[in-house]
Amino acid sequence: MTDTGPQSSDLVVQLSRASKRFGTVTAVDAVSLDIRRGEFFSLLGPSGCGKTTTLRLVAGLEEPDDGDVRLLGEVVNRRRPYERPVAMVFQNYALFPHLDVRRNVAFGLEQRRVPADRIRERVRRALGLVRLDPDTYARRMPSQLSGGQRQRVALARALVIEPAILLLDEPLGAIDLKLRKEMQLELKALNRQLGITFVYVTHDQEEALTMSDRIAVMNQGRVAQVGTPAEIYENPRTAFVADFIGECNFFDGTVAERDGAVATVARDDGLRFRIPAVNGVAPGRAVRIAVRPEWHDVWRPDEVPPAENALPGVVRDVVYLGETVHVLVRLPEGADARVALRNEGQLTKPVPWRAGDQVAIGWLPEDCQVLEEE
Amino acid sequence: MSGARRLLAGLNRRPQLAAASLLGPGTLWLLLFFFVPIAVVFAYSFMTRGVYGGVTGGFTLEHYRRFLDPLYLGVFRRTVTLAVSCTVLCLVVGYPVAYTIARAGRWKNLLLFLVVVPLWTSFLVRTYALIFLLRDTGFVNAVLLALGVVREPLVLLYTPGAVLAGLVYGYLPLMVLPIYVSLEKLDPTLLEAAEVLGARPLARFWRITLPLSAPGVVAGAMLVFIPALGAFLTPDLLGGAKQMMVGTLVQNQFGAARNWPFGSAASFILMAVVLVAVLAYLRLRDRAPMEAVA
Repeated sequence: MTDTGPQSSDLVVQLSRASKRFGTVTAVDAVSLDIRRGEFFSLLGPSGCGKTTTLRLVAGLEEPDDGDVRLLGEVVNRRRPYERPVAMVFQNYALFPHLDVRRNVAFGLEQRRVPADRIRERVRRALGLVRLDPDTYARRMPSQLSGGQRQRVALARALVIEPAILLLDEPLGAIDLKLRKEMQLELKALNRQLGITFVYVTHDQEEALTMSDRIAVMNQGRVAQVGTPAEIYENPRTAFVADFIGECNFFDGTVAERDGAVATVARDDGLRFRIPAVNGVAPGRAVRIAVRPEWHDVWRPDEVPPAENALPGVVRDVVYLGETVHVLVRLPEGADARVALRNEGQLTKPVPWRAGDQVAIGWLPEDCQVLEEE
Repeated sequence: MSGARRLLAGLNRRPQLAAASLLGPGTLWLLLFFFVPIAVVFAYSFMTRGVYGGVTGGFTLEHYRRFLDPLYLGVFRRTVTLAVSCTVLCLVVGYPVAYTIARAGRWKNLLLFLVVVPLWTSFLVRTYALIFLLRDTGFVNAVLLALGVVREPLVLLYTPGAVLAGLVYGYLPLMVLPIYVSLEKLDPTLLEAAEVLGARPLARFWRITLPLSAPGVVAGAMLVFIPALGAFLTPDLLGGAKQMMVGTLVQNQFGAARNWPFGSAASFILMAVVLVAVLAYLRLRDRAPMEAVA
């Protein structure tokens, strides 16, 4: 988690308290981001969280109302997209329907007055990069391509101008699952191979976790958390992040006492659990913790190991998911906690729990995330 | 099931019957009131003229030959020139209008409405209004005289310019509307994509907007050119006798001159020109996917 303090020349994209308002709606609210050279950086959040507007601020398709956008160290707030070192892949590909694949890919080079023979060569190379055979596809019209092929053409069209920064706005949204997984790996490989900084907008948390070096989770126009996929998943700072990325059980209470590195929290119903005594944990403070389903265990009520926290409950359902088996446990307050157990073979070593069983859910005090208020 | 529902269900099962019943009335109408009269006119164009109008049988190519007379060829040339000029002017004036409306956001509907409003009044009335504007003692001259721009009234009426002005005025909405439709359909993301790829405003217009609105331009050009070619009201009222066009010629032959066969021949020659124009349009349109249309 320790940043080795990147050189400012390595910061390819910098947003400093950048805001964008549309009428009375603040789409992007004082967002600050530093994106490093060559990084695969994702903007992740639910629809309407401002991730696409943030991307458009970087592209120059929107100008910030407040704050600064810096690209390669220069303030570019009022610069048009064609004056910025960026290329973009649009959500619906935005291929020019009246131009064939070759002319679509050549477009950016033609605008830059690249000589025709160089264009021909670079178009072929770009199509090769996205694994489209130039001899087969160069003369096709966009309407004669499948969704996946269009996606590749859009990518080639953006890569061919050799931008410092490639912006991708949910480029895989309209592609079927199998192809999407394939493209995810290809995009990641292209990012490594070309050394271009990728800024990737998605609402798909799994996609963001798979591809990104770092992720900015956005909510309501603000950045909720920035970090590596592991940091975001394992140390979510707020309930929103914990809930949006993966599944989570939340437990509330008031800090009763603090003893060195451990604090004890009392729930409204008097049951207690221990948490790591992180900053800000002081007696009398209300806290909320998040526990991932796979951090939990299910025990018979009298068999809980003393090292673990435990809350009593009744098994409501056991759900078979393949890799894991989820046990849904109804807690005293009426909420369901979800516990993910590794599937060790339900035919040979089945999970011993059935609906209606009296159980306890347990977890180690360190296996939780103490959340900040939002 | 009610009778109507049973009928619909039956038609659903027999698509050919359904097609026939949908197309039937229109086909019958066109046969009766379009095809039959055209056939009659075509036949007339080869017959001899009757003394008091009408025709008296026989077969002759005389009327087509007569059209080759320099007098009528002149009329023909003037007609084509005027129709082409009118189309070009409508395009030059209409494209920016359509472009602005397509981008006018919440004013769009009001502006479209304003384009269509003139069509609510009879074309005849509006053409008379133009006479009041253009005549020696008309509004334009009054203003020019009052401003001291001219000492004597300009001769505006009964000139080719007056006819052209009238035609452009009359057919402008037919150019604006199809261009507007094609610009309205244009996906703004395409322009953004072009901009991020390095295209400045003018390049975006030439490379994206114009080619993608070409179908509208071609359709608008056809909608203006064809009626402009056959126009008779405007040249008659604003051009007077000196500015005869093929349309006025045909009207004349069926009216005052009482030479129906010659009028028929003239209108068939006009139709041949229109046919050539339409064929050209169809070729443009079919080639379009390669170059122009989405």
